[in-house]
Amino acid sequence: MEIFEILLSASFWAAVLRIASPLILATMGELICERAGVLNLGIEGIMVFGAFAGWIAVYAGLGLWPGVLVAFASGAMFGLVHATLTVPFGLSQHVVGLGITLLATSSAYYAYRLALPQVTSPPRITPFQPLNIPVLSDIPFLGPALFSQTALTYLAFASVAVVALVLFRTPLGLALRAAGENPAAVEAQGLSVTALRMGAVMVGSGLMAVGGAFLTMSAFDSFFFEMVNGRGWICIALVVFGAWMPGKALLGALLFAGFDALQIRMQQTPMGAHVPYQVFLMVPYVLSILALVLMSRRVEVPAALMVPYNRGER
Amino acid sequence: MTGREVVLRLEGITKRFGKLTANDAIGFALHRGEVLALLGENGAGKTTLMNILFGHYTADSGTVEVFGKMLPPGAPGAALAAGVGMVHQHFTLAGNLTVLENILLGTRPLFGPGLGRAEARARVERLSRDFGLAVHADAKVKTLSVGERQRVEILKALYREARILILDEPTAVLTPQESEALFATLKRAVAQGLSIIFISHKLHEVMAVSDRVVVLRHGKVAGEVATAQTDRHLLAELMVGAEVALPHPAPGIAGATLMELRDVSTPAEGNRSGLCRVSLALRAGQITGLAGVSGNGQGALADLVSGLIAPESGALLVGGAEVSGWSPRAALAAGVGRIPEDRHATGSIADFTLTENAVLEGYAQAPFSRRGWIDWRRARAHAEAIIAKYDVRCPGPEARIRLLSGGNMQKLILGRALEATPRIILANQPVRGLDIGALTYVQERLIAARDAGAAVLLISEDLDEIRVLSDVIHVISAGRLSPPFARGSKTPAELGVWMAGQGFADAA
Amino acid sequence: MRLEPVADPGLVRLIGLPVLALAATVGVASVLAMLAGANPLAVLGLIVQGAAGSKFAALETLNRATPLIFTGLAVAVAFRAKLWNIGAEAQLYAGALMTVVIGTQLGLPGMLALPLMAGAAILTGGLVLLGPVLLKVRLGVDEVVTTLLFNFIMLLFVSMLLEGVLKDPMGMGWPKSPALPRDARLPRIVEGLRLHWGFGLALISAVLVWVIQVKTTLGYEIRAVGQNPQAARFAGIPVGRVMVKTALLSGGLAAMAGFSEVAGLKGSLTLDLSPGFGYTGIVVAMLALLHPLGVVLSAIFVAGVFVGANSMSRAAEVPTYIADISVATALLFMVLAILLTRFRVVRG
Repeated sequence: MEIFEILLSASFWAAVLRIASPLILATMGELICERAGVLNLGIEGIMVFGAFAGWIAVYAGLGLWPGVLVAFASGAMFGLVHATLTVPFGLSQHVVGLGITLLATSSAYYAYRLALPQVTSPPRITPFQPLNIPVLSDIPFLGPALFSQTALTYLAFASVAVVALVLFRTPLGLALRAAGENPAAVEAQGLSVTALRMGAVMVGSGLMAVGGAFLTMSAFDSFFFEMVNGRGWICIALVVFGAWMPGKALLGALLFAGFDALQIRMQQTPMGAHVPYQVFLMVPYVLSILALVLMSRRVEVPAALMVPYNRGER
Repeated sequence: MTGREVVLRLEGITKRFGKLTANDAIGFALHRGEVLALLGENGAGKTTLMNILFGHYTADSGTVEVFGKMLPPGAPGAALAAGVGMVHQHFTLAGNLTVLENILLGTRPLFGPGLGRAEARARVERLSRDFGLAVHADAKVKTLSVGERQRVEILKALYREARILILDEPTAVLTPQESEALFATLKRAVAQGLSIIFISHKLHEVMAVSDRVVVLRHGKVAGEVATAQTDRHLLAELMVGAEVALPHPAPGIAGATLMELRDVSTPAEGNRSGLCRVSLALRAGQITGLAGVSGNGQGALADLVSGLIAPESGALLVGGAEVSGWSPRAALAAGVGRIPEDRHATGSIADFTLTENAVLEGYAQAPFSRRGWIDWRRARAHAEAIIAKYDVRCPGPEARIRLLSGGNMQKLILGRALEATPRIILANQPVRGLDIGALTYVQERLIAARDAGAAVLLISEDLDEIRVLSDVIHVISAGRLSPPFARGSKTPAELGVWMAGQGFADAA
Repeated sequence: MRLEPVADPGLVRLIGLPVLALAATVGVASVLAMLAGANPLAVLGLIVQGAAGSKFAALETLNRATPLIFTGLAVAVAFRAKLWNIGAEAQLYAGALMTVVIGTQLGLPGMLALPLMAGAAILTGGLVLLGPVLLKVRLGVDEVVTTLLFNFIMLLFVSMLLEGVLKDPMGMGWPKSPALPRDARLPRIVEGLRLHWGFGLALISAVLVWVIQVKTTLGYEIRAVGQNPQAARFAGIPVGRVMVKTALLSGGLAAMAGFSEVAGLKGSLTLDLSPGFGYTGIVVAMLALLHPLGVVLSAIFVAGVFVGANSMSRAAEVPTYIADISVATALLFMVLAILLTRFRVVRG
């Protein structure tokens, strides 16, 4: 019964979109990388750094949107390191990705301690405020549920449309998809696989960082250690769940956020009080594993994912 | 041919890789409206030359001139822009894209909007009519047959308004009939003023399709002749330096049936055909040749014989008894020696030493291991024995196998299989990509094994190889197996009818 | 640019490049120290001193290296088979959990309890990794993500037990397990010195793993499956079964880290038992080029960096995270250096 009450409240659906936003942004970032043939396990650390970079930029006096740009640029920078090692040098994408996660996470923590040596609780910034879309936000139920979000949530949804459009309707997207399937086909047309892949990883990593920045600049108003808390790994599962299609990945993120929002609310019900809260907190991770298992046999993985390309070698 | 306009000129192309000189001052010219065959055996430097032409490698010296303009070295795309189109041996198509998308790839400014599909589709349809290249523009490439993919590659070049077409071993994957269709397309192209370089090591094709032949040997131009003024023997001599006697074995003496398939079916996998109610007997003292276009069930049959898959229905008999629990280990235990199709991907482990590779199939039993402990001394002795007996040229048994040439790698694999004295031998494309010396060596060893009483199953896409070596020939097409044909009883054209799948209908 | 194999790397390449990688790491650390307004040489000196400047410091480094040897071995064993076990953290906690459960709930005498604790820990750690590996072998589910996600699930599970059935009644409300009885703890190697037998077990494990890798059919199979599963399958190696054995071995080794930390050092289980030993194990294994004996050295090196940075940060105003950054940087530089010993970069 309680479930129905929860599902019928506008605030639940508003929470779903809010929870989904960072996942959507980072999932789009990962999807771009993987479509071009690079698995980016740096995602978790890049999200941490993005969360820090955006927040500290605003704390230092920059505006919110410049803060988002700073986050994007910081992500792209880590993406550049990742791509340099994995694309022209063809190093193991597993090892480099995990290395980038360690590097980005510890860099964020180090910089945080340098910037704020003595604080016990981090200072707050004024985050993005909900933006009521005229007319639409006045619709009963749907208005408060869907059209009273912060600008970054709208940006997340827009990013899905943009990624889909670029991937499937432009020469650039065509080349990216081919680079992830058969790089030799791209090279044979005189295009540079290296440039395409590096560009994809940089832009994708930038999006991941913006996803992280959502946490400090929209969902919350300051930076905490371990606030990303595995969201990056979940996004990697979402890309698989979405079969490398932006639209399906979006659906996956929403479904996932729905379960997450539900478990938060279930914890507060009388029934939920009997269950250890840790069980609820496990839900997202268990769901991610389930998603991977469900999709395991049914998807077409980009054929050249994780396969380095060395020019002239066959 | 002289006096006609030169469209492509290579001069003094030299390329070294370490100590190896892959191309040594190569030079020749291609004229408008001619088919120039570039002939040479594996390792003669054909592929390196093409990589230089297309800017994938930078030559140490030499120049490339297309339509009177020098190409900048090491710039991929320069040759394309100048109007040279290439159809690679390994197709450069992306399977997840449609035919149209593959053709469009790289034709528009990368950061421009839209793909202009409608307009492009019309052009592709017109080209495919003009040149006799039927394909469905909206099919995903991964669903196409090998022959169709080749047509897409040619369309890709034509769509880019290529005036020069280069085809690298284009018939390796085609039936004789499909090859004829390809040759017809090439004739049409030449008639419309295109020029063609046809890379091959098959003499009869070169004789059939070209106007002029440039022969490469050890990275040098060994000769340049007009096709009308030469013959296969002369070309063979130019290609390998001296007349080489390929094995022409006497017929084998058939003995007992050692392995038998009765009505065996196996499921298809991806693009690869399964087996469809195949019955086959492999007899002692015989080489049974399997001809066919790749992907028609050869892989499934090879996997079955080598133990990787079991029949879905029907029975597999070894030595008269039906096998159960069929696995690679069971196959080895039953006396099956296996030479896999891909010596790099399946036959060896690149970063393992020769010793480690030599015991890959036998490490789990005595004398190479006891109770889980490997006896490396014996393993090394085994490797040394193979190296000596099979003439494997290598730095030593502790060298990594990746350092070996294809021929020497194949000799080690051959030695590994034959030293276990197998009664049944699966030889899947055993000489593909080998130079002439290694090729004859491997073939002679297989014949010797046959004469010693083994049943050999030889799988090859090279119809000539099958016809020369086999005592009995079967043709496989779409998973179905033809009746056995005795040595010499069918012409290539007759076998081609079966390869195209028509024989089955006629026989039914 | 293009990579071209180097046939004979030569000593200069083989030794020079890794040394260069370490030098570059020191360079990065120096820049970080300068960013913090400190003198890099002084900071480096303090780190070295904090890691090895006294007997106490050196033993502290070896103690810290102990769990890293275990997780490093766990990762090295798995990565050899191209089994991407990123879940050593979960397996470590699983091992620690079983150690505490057996040690505190059964009331066995120490002679019996210790081997049983270790055995149960190893088994449980192996089983924790078995799940993702079976998903990989049977369904083709990528184990990187599943083992990563398992880390989070396991930590929540441990947290649940520590606040529930395993909660120490004397813990004053902290989520902490009851302490192991005295005789169910690993003794010191030398009486009076703060170094427990966990370190000895780690060294023995490293040698055992090395022997398995070079002398046994299992080691041969693991390497074959890791390098070329297709060829391994063709040759008759039971790839799935080898994966399962690798999982049990790798998970068991990671669990030994948990056993040794609880039984040798902490005496009880808390949620901060591991500050990411499982993840650091990946760095340790990679720096050792997956060689089991190299793991010992690289674990001691990495432990020294952490212990040294900890002590340094008390003296200088440089955050301890300088150690984490240095270790991550060392990993990236090292994999690049190793690549460049085998390939050279050529133009065109």
